[in-house]
Amino acid sequence: MGKTFAEKALGRAAGYEVVANQVVTVEPDWCMSHDNGAPIARTFKKIGVKNVWKPERICFILDHAIPAPSSDHAVNHLEVREFVKEQGIPNFFDVKSCGGVCHQKMCEEGYALPGLIMVGSDSHTCTYGAYGAFSTGIGRSEMAAAWATGKIWFKVPESMKVVVEGKFKPGVSAKDFILKFIGDVKADGADYMSVEFHGQGIADMSIAERMTLCNMGIEFGAKNAVCKPDQKVLDAIKGKEKCDRWEVLWADDDATYAAEYHYDLGDIIPGVAKPHKVDNYGDINEVKGTPIHEAFLGSCTNGRIEDLRAAAAILKGRQIAVRTVVIPASWIVYRQAMKEGLLDIFLDAGCIICNPGCGPCMGNHEGILAPGEAAISTANRNFKGRMGDKESFIYLASPMTVAASALKGEIADPREVL
Amino acid sequence: MAVVSGKVWKYGDDVNTDVIFPGKYTYTIKERSEMAKVACEDLDMDFNQNAKAGDIIVGGKNWGCGSSREQAVSCIKERGIAAIIAKSFARIYYRNCFNEGLAIIVCPEAVEAIEMGDTVEIDFDNGLIKANGKQFSFPAYPEFVQGLINDGGLIPHVKKSLGLD
Repeated sequence: MGKTFAEKALGRAAGYEVVANQVVTVEPDWCMSHDNGAPIARTFKKIGVKNVWKPERICFILDHAIPAPSSDHAVNHLEVREFVKEQGIPNFFDVKSCGGVCHQKMCEEGYALPGLIMVGSDSHTCTYGAYGAFSTGIGRSEMAAAWATGKIWFKVPESMKVVVEGKFKPGVSAKDFILKFIGDVKADGADYMSVEFHGQGIADMSIAERMTLCNMGIEFGAKNAVCKPDQKVLDAIKGKEKCDRWEVLWADDDATYAAEYHYDLGDIIPGVAKPHKVDNYGDINEVKGTPIHEAFLGSCTNGRIEDLRAAAAILKGRQIAVRTVVIPASWIVYRQAMKEGLLDIFLDAGCIICNPGCGPCMGNHEGILAPGEAAISTANRNFKGRMGDKESFIYLASPMTVAASALKGEIADPREVL
Repeated sequence: MAVVSGKVWKYGDDVNTDVIFPGKYTYTIKERSEMAKVACEDLDMDFNQNAKAGDIIVGGKNWGCGSSREQAVSCIKERGIAAIIAKSFARIYYRNCFNEGLAIIVCPEAVEAIEMGDTVEIDFDNGLIKANGKQFSFPAYPEFVQGLINDGGLIPHVKKSLGLD
């Protein structure tokens, strides 16, 4: 009987063959933390171990609230810097032009590699599946324990196979597909499962689009989400690999799945997640005309150069009708956008551009909503209060839909302004 | 904690970590006692104001979906909530509960039978929930998970396993 990706990746890490539902203990290839590295460091110290197991396998990337919007945040950053220095952790992205959103950095810097076991103290760690890694989010205590022991337990998950064929029509993108998919399978659709994206539709996608899909895996309950690491991935990581432990792994054709879905991308139209749940799907015909007060283009879901290009193509030569915050996912993306003239397009249209980081996504700063206001956002969550006020409303959408909506001041169909 | 009895706070499906512990507090609230004060403030202000130690939360499917933030468990644990009974839990939240030593029970049948404000009894040793004259059984935790619970959570468990307790 064939094996799933999860069975292969966790079996490789465990050093013996495993099957779904077996419990294994493995050594993580990378442990990623962001601003929450500070509280994790405090927990780590409570354990009583002096040194982390392997400082070279720990990554710290400050992104959640940078530069510090308050003294409390600044103290938090300070604690991270002190811990990094004390433990000799080499993989540190401070509030500097080397930085950006943690998941973007882990991918663009060559940490995310095929077949690796990657854990992060952030639920969107599942993003690295776009590079063929087994990656998943864990809590603070668990990360502290992993630093101390170099070990973490996993129940080998059952797997879901999502077969995607066809091509998007103009004005439609990976975000529209994944929002529709989550609307279909619901927020618990893949609880505890490993989600594998298969098919020509995925093979034809850019890595950026695959990152959008894998990033949203947690929004329908997945333990991890993964795409086949093909030549596009090998080309992207070439010369950037941060370790040599990686190996291309993929599911066997006769692997066993707990669930299987088939989609044709040609059937997908622009859509949104309506307040206050990611699985509250509405297609564009249902929601267009809904007034909005802010548009946000950015985040680990959709802050890449491909996303900025798609939005800029719509905003070029036009004027926004509501405040629009653009946040490239990293300074590498920011510089590229600058070189391509995209930042000028955003500024000419009336948008403001903030420094790379998480921005308003989880309500820290740079675009918090007032009570009664609605935002359209390219981020991944629209939970009540997520952007800072529980009386506000968040619609999740693609970069193109966000750009089209920014122009009209209401949710708009990007196909009408291409 | 062989047998506990408490007043029920009941909620629906997909209660997420943001409404249990809002993201805006993730780097400004550090003390567990302070976390307890904002527990569930975007879910239910009645709970936030009036939940007492020994009370029990009953949720629907996918309790704790969303962020990995452990404070969404810590704030409830610190509030003294005796247990969460749900139809299912989101996986990071599920792990965080064991790691924090907060008792959780998956029992869809019991959830259906329990209403807001009921008083429910949980017999952990025998895996039984008693509510409204009915009795529901729940399975024992896997052995390694029970080990975590017995040690009071992951950090004490790791200390013990490393001989540092």
